[in-house]
This record gives sequence, structure tokens and C-alpha cells, in this order.
Amino acid sequence: MTRDEHSLIFDRSRPGRSATAQAPGTAGDAVGIPDALRRRADPGLPAASELDVVRHYTRLSQKNFAIDTQFYPLGSCTMKYNPRACNSLAMLPGFLNRHPLAPAEHSQGYLETMFELQEMLREVTGMSGVSLTPMAGAQGEFAGVAMIRAYHRARGDDERREIIVPDAAHGTNPATAIMCGYQVREIPTDASGDVDLEALKSVVGPQTAGIMLTNPSTVGVFERHIREIATIVHEAGGLLYYDGANLNAILGKVRPGDMGFDVIHMNLHKTFSTPHGGGGPGAGAVGVSRRLLPFLPVPVVVREDSGEYRHAAETDFPQTIGRLSTFAGNAGVLLRAYVYMRMLGRKGMTRVAEFSTLNANYLQAELRHAGFDLAFPERRATHEFIVTLKRQAKETGLTAMDIAKRLLDYGYHAPTTYFPLLVPECLLIEPTETESKETLDGFVAAMAAILEESQQDIDTVKSAPHQLPNRRFDEVAAAKRLDVIYRPETAF
Amino acid sequence: MPFIPHTEDDIRDMLQQIGAGSIEDLFEEIPADLRAPPLSGIPEGLPEMEVTRLMQQRATRDGEPLNFIGAGAYEHHIPAAVWQIATRGEFYSAYTPYQAEASQGTLQLIYEYQTMITRLTGMEVSNASLYDGASALAEAVLMAVRINRRSKSNRILVPGALHPAYRAVTRSIVGNQGIELVELPWDDRLGSIDANGLEAFDGQDITALVIAQPNFFGVLEDVDALTRWAEARGVPVIAVVNPVSLALLKPPGEWGERGADIAVGEGQPLGAPLSGGGPYFGFMTTRREHIRQMPGRIVGRAEDADGRPGFVLTLQAREQHIRRSKATSNICTNQGLVVTAATIHMALLGDAGLTRVAEACWQNTHQLAARLSGEGIRPRFAGDHFHEMVFDFGPDAQARVAQMSRQGVLAGHPLAAEYPDLANCVLACATETKTAGDLDRYVEALA
Repeated sequence: MTRDEHSLIFDRSRPGRSATAQAPGTAGDAVGIPDALRRRADPGLPAASELDVVRHYTRLSQKNFAIDTQFYPLGSCTMKYNPRACNSLAMLPGFLNRHPLAPAEHSQGYLETMFELQEMLREVTGMSGVSLTPMAGAQGEFAGVAMIRAYHRARGDDERREIIVPDAAHGTNPATAIMCGYQVREIPTDASGDVDLEALKSVVGPQTAGIMLTNPSTVGVFERHIREIATIVHEAGGLLYYDGANLNAILGKVRPGDMGFDVIHMNLHKTFSTPHGGGGPGAGAVGVSRRLLPFLPVPVVVREDSGEYRHAAETDFPQTIGRLSTFAGNAGVLLRAYVYMRMLGRKGMTRVAEFSTLNANYLQAELRHAGFDLAFPERRATHEFIVTLKRQAKETGLTAMDIAKRLLDYGYHAPTTYFPLLVPECLLIEPTETESKETLDGFVAAMAAILEESQQDIDTVKSAPHQLPNRRFDEVAAAKRLDVIYRPETAF
Repeated sequence: MPFIPHTEDDIRDMLQQIGAGSIEDLFEEIPADLRAPPLSGIPEGLPEMEVTRLMQQRATRDGEPLNFIGAGAYEHHIPAAVWQIATRGEFYSAYTPYQAEASQGTLQLIYEYQTMITRLTGMEVSNASLYDGASALAEAVLMAVRINRRSKSNRILVPGALHPAYRAVTRSIVGNQGIELVELPWDDRLGSIDANGLEAFDGQDITALVIAQPNFFGVLEDVDALTRWAEARGVPVIAVVNPVSLALLKPPGEWGERGADIAVGEGQPLGAPLSGGGPYFGFMTTRREHIRQMPGRIVGRAEDADGRPGFVLTLQAREQHIRRSKATSNICTNQGLVVTAATIHMALLGDAGLTRVAEACWQNTHQLAARLSGEGIRPRFAGDHFHEMVFDFGPDAQARVAQMSRQGVLAGHPLAAEYPDLANCVLACATETKTAGDLDRYVEALA
């Protein structure tokens, strides 16, 4: 590793150098800002040429694993191919240059597209209304639980203080319930991966505001008792929240609205293939049943009798939970989801569920043949499944983390590790529908090879990765020493 | 089949290995009566060529009016290299960098971003970004409540001249936690916070003070005096700033005696296109002593087993995937790709470029004011401005703006709906993208 490969953009900085073509040409009159309000010293942004910058960030990009370069079976994240047309069409100048507060007459093309997106999402989830404004899954969750709270409040039902969350839930679920001012009541998962109905019955009551569920659940199986759960919670006066993280598995096959859910969020960056972008931006559209319609976050796109489209806001929705973004959510992400849905069409959407499920079940069967233990061997996989290394950890010391790191050497991104928390030494594996049989076979061969290695030479596996620019990091020391911004005196 | 590579042979072989007769058999655990009806409301799929034509028609239909609206989203030139690099597949299609060894590109970039944004704001530490400016303020308010343990009131002072959507979003997000936003009036002549209005709160329990610089009207606040007022009373200051303005304006880290406690803002002016309101990103910076109270991802430098340097996500014990119900926030993502663009944008512009952009914005907006003055339209407020101004268009303001819009000129954002007291007023900005010819067109469209 040469010094150059480690260098930061600041190391390329030279006083007096700049990419002048990027700045406006004319230096006009002096700027009349009072001295007391002015900055005294330059900020210290890099002084680099355009080529320096292009080369530096192109090289950085090459240090990433990405769907475009690697198989990325990251459970719960739905790392499917992000079609390039979705990107190029969302970046047409008319969309890119439209100001969010431009009058409706200069926004009809965009608003019509968003209206159709709302309608398609409504149809595919079986809900009564959709708002596109939440900017990420967690914000969609927030909107959903805030609507549950607004609903109870509007009925004068102020005693409901608790949200029920299964122990297998995503961490965002309990964190969201707290942000909405609720207390969290956890319930266990039974041995076959379903919600423990007896435990549920014992915790519901007049204090129950609702339950947050993912179906298929985070353990990769379809919640078979969903109707009983809906009945139990509804009879207690609570509402059902659907975490759409795993919607990919059931698209066109079963709809949250038909299962009895009152409110859902969809991760458009998962099911509808908008890019993950190294950690966002996402989009977390929410759908609601009829009784929650008045509480939708604004704005919502509506079509007038005249055929004109406009953003409806507080005046149209006086009971709204309010605004969640400065304007109207992540418009550019929503456009990408729209293009994807139009290319897929109704048949293509159903195929998403079919082939993601086929790939997961095939991979599950092949890994089992290769000697791996499944967490729920008697169940069908949905679009993902769990392998547990509990036996190997005991016998040879091989952990889920070891496999994850060694897979990187084989050119595969690691599956999700140690989630859900209730399965020991687990790998949550989600191949998605866009991967071919050959890719899955290659992954199985790598997993089998690692298992074999672990029996011959466990140290090689435990000290992986070996083929990447870096070995495993000391994260504890990093948190203690805490170097989060560059200072010249601490340069590499 | 779009985006699905399976051949008939593949399907047959795979089902055989699974031991299932058909793909349909794989869904046998779903109760039959729950199965979805055909998705008749969803159109048939279209080939890429046809979707392209459809989207081109829609994008073109919205025209490309000459835009003088700012109000929280600003039109700036974005160097061609910015999005060409940001949309490389290795950035575009990567996940959150939890597997550090396979994500050094994204991690180092965020570390560089954190450095640049703290330098710009004059603060000590930064997170990897939040959703947008308004939601970043909401998170800052929650953070201030955690920082100021002495205060029991949960009352936050917020300028009335803060962006209305920032106030609305903050209210939506913190309202369920018993936090109250108390609005500070602005001085009717200057358009900045009325210092007398602040004195009314002397002796009261205030949890935090929000200061926007420039404020929603484009007016510059006396940030030092306001910060000193808060410092004297032990009240944390949350700064809401425009990042381009910071090339010229005193950074929040230098306000008053010891600087703001938290500085947030809309990152869009740093390389994100207007794009109908998003995706943008919210930045959040703070003092080092508060880093454990900050929400969102943070990247730190680390060493690997061979002592080689690199980067990891650090202090993850604050976050929802570890702390669950005790996390600092439910936030899970940052706006990774937009931050990628912003980092490249800042690296390309540098201090010199960003300063020239800021100066050109100031000059163009003040030239617009001079031109409008000639037409009898004057700035509503006498305070100093950065790159946006409230203009008094007279009693037929809305009609004039609508008439200009029909001619392809977006004159600005009418304030009547959000500020009934400013019903005749229009908020307008002219960034560096506007030429003398564009200003001519503005004036011609007025007639």
C-alpha cells in the first residue's frame, strides 16, 4: 500500500491551486456585508485541480463493494440491481431544475407522475391512501406511529400508552415508538418463527395503541397467524402497523391491506429498486386504511375535477400529523421508483416476489446440502432466510463474523450478521430476484470452501479478510481515540 | 422478464433442488383467502424506450422557467464532474458501510465530508448527514433537550423569521415528546429578531435558542448579540445556516464568546440540484463534548490488524440498531449519495470558488433590488441581506407573480399564505446563475 493510496483530498491541497472553471467568471463589486458579521479566515476547503478531484474520488469509489460489481446478499436490505434507466430518466433537466415551490402550472408533468406513483403503491399494498413525503424508512415508521397516535387522540382515547413490538423487530421500530411518545412492550417469537400468540394475548389491553409487525418477519418466514394477530389487536382497540422492509417477498402475492394492517411504510430503496447510495437517500412512502386517511403527512398529490394536479396540504387535511420534510420528500428518489414500476408493470411486480422467493429457497436448499444449519429448517424461506453457525462456533470457533469477513476475500459482500438478535451466530441471507443461478452457485461454492477451510486452518478464516486494502479494524480503539475530522498534525 | 435472468432450465433445476413442484408452491404458507387479487390498477410493463419517451414528455411539459425562487432551495451551478462521479455504480449501488473493509471508499469520503463541513461551520465535529435542513433542525432540538439537563421546561425559542417549513417539520417531529416551540417576533423595520422580544424571556426557563443566519427573509441577524444573550443565561444555541453564505459570513463556531452549540442547515446548495425538493441532505455539526448526544452515523479513523489506517462507523452505541428503544434517534440512513456529491462539489470549488459563488449571489440579488427599485418595488426590510430579499409588490402581488409565471419567469415565493402580515410581499433571490439579461427579463415580465 503506497502512501498515495491512503491520501486524503486535503493531502492534495496546494495553496493557490484551484479548479477555477467551476466558479462564476466575473468578480464584480465589493460585497456590502458589515465587518462584524463577516468571516475572518478562509474555511480551509481543499485547493485542488479538477483532475486531482476527479482522480481522487474515482479511486475512492473503487474501494467500495457495490451491487454493480459484486453479489450483495445482505438480508433485510434487498440489494437488487438498480436499473440505469431509473437514474437517467430521473435526471432529465426538466425534473432536476424544477424548484419545489414552482407553481402548479410549471409542475404538471411531475405531479401527474407522483399521482400515478401514489395510485400504484396504493394498489399493490391494498391500502386506501398514500403519502410520498417521508424521506426514509425510519421516517415512514415515524409517520405511521404518529398517525396511530393522532387517531386515538382524535377519538379522545388518551389512555393508550403502549406499542407492542416483537423481539425480532428492526431496531428502528422501538426507537420510533419512543420518538412518538409511546412505551414499548416486547413480545417473544415462538420456536417456528411466528409471533407467540399467547404472549400477545397477555399484553394487549386498553393501554395498547398498536403493534408494529414485519411480514414476512425478520426471521425470513411468513407470519402464518397474521389474521389472528389482527383480530386480537383490533378487538383490544389497537391498530396494526406494517414495516414494509420485506415487501419484496410478497409483491403481488398478498397485500398488507388485505392482511388487516391499518398503516404501512414502504422502503422504495428496497422493493422498488432505488439506489442505496452508500447509505441513502431512501424514500419511505406511507399507506393507510380508510380510518387513518385524515391524518396522512402532507403534502399529498391530488387530481382536481379539471384534470389538474396539485399538492394538497394542511387546508385539505386539517387533522394531518404535519410535515416531515422542507418540501415534498425525496422527489428524485420517487421518480426512480416510478420508472422502475412502469418498466415492471403488473406482471413484473408479481415476478419480483416469485423469483426472489425462488432464489432464496434455492440458496437455502444448497447451503443446507453444503453443511450449514438453518434457523428454521421446517419452514419455507420467503425472500430471505437465516443460517446459524451455533454448532460451528462451538466445534471449531467459526463465527458468523468470520464467515462474513472471509466472504469478502472471495469477492462477495457479507450477508447481514447478528440480526435478528434472537438467533445465535446468524447470517441473514437475501439473494434478490435479479441474481442468476450461476451467481448463487458461486456463492454456495465459496461458503462451502470457507467451511472446509475452517476445519483445516481456522486462523486464516478468523483473521480474514486478507485480499482487501484493509484487515479487520479495531473498532473499540477507534471509538476511544475518536478521530472524526482531519487535522494536518495527525495526518497519516 | 425485466431484470430477472432465469431461463426455463434454471427454474426447473432450482425447483428440483428445492423439492417444490412449482414457484407457486413456495407461497403455500400464505393462507389462500389472503392471496392478492390481480393488480388490475397497475399498467402493463413498458420497454425502456417507451418509458423514456413518457418521462421526456413529462419533464419537458414542466418547461424550464427562469427561476428566482429560493425559500430554502437555491439554484447553483453544479460542476459536471460532481454527479458523473457520484453516480458511478460503486457509489450509487453500495449499501451503508457497515462492512468497513468493503466500504473504504464511502467511509473515507464521509470522513472528508465531516472535515469540510466542520471547517465551513467552524464547529468541532459532524455526523454523516441527516435527511434535510428542516428535519436536521428537529433532530437538533431533540439533541439540545438532551444536552440541557438543567432545563425542565422543554421550551425552545424559535424565530418567527425562521423558514415556516422548518418550524412545521420540527413541530411534527418533536411535538409528541412534550416540547414546545415559542416564536420570537421580528422587528418590522429591519426584518431580524427584535432584541426587545428576547428580553421578555429573561428569568424564564428556556431550553434552547434557535438562530437562523440568514433568516427566511434573507436578512442577517446580529448573531453575536443573540448568542451572548443565550450564553449569559446558560441556554444552548442552535444555529441554522446556509452553507454557501458561510464563505462570507462568520461561522456559527465563532458566534458570541464560545460559539453555537449545534449548527445545522440545508446542504442542498452544495451540489444538489433543485430536483423538486429532494433528495437533499441536512448537515449537523456540534462541539466535541456533545458528540455522544448527536444522532446519525459518524465515521472515525481506525487502524486495522496490521496497523494500517482506514475508516469505520464509530460510536454506533448511540444508534437504533444497537440501542433500540434507548437510541438518540430512530434515524437509520444518512443521505449518502447526496453527501458524496456535496463532498466532490466542495473539493472542486475550494475556498476561492465558494467565495466567488457567494459574492456573485450577493451582487446579483442586490442588483435585482436596484432594478426593482427603478420599477417602484422596494425591499420590505431595512436590515442587511445575503442572497435573498423580501420585496413589497403592492396589493396585487399574487396576480403579478401569476402573470409573470405565465411568461416563464418565477418572480419569487409569495408570502401571503405563511405570513398574512406580509400579504403584499414576495421573497426572491438571484444566485450566481443569473445574468444581466436574466434580470432584464424579470423587469420586462413585470410590466
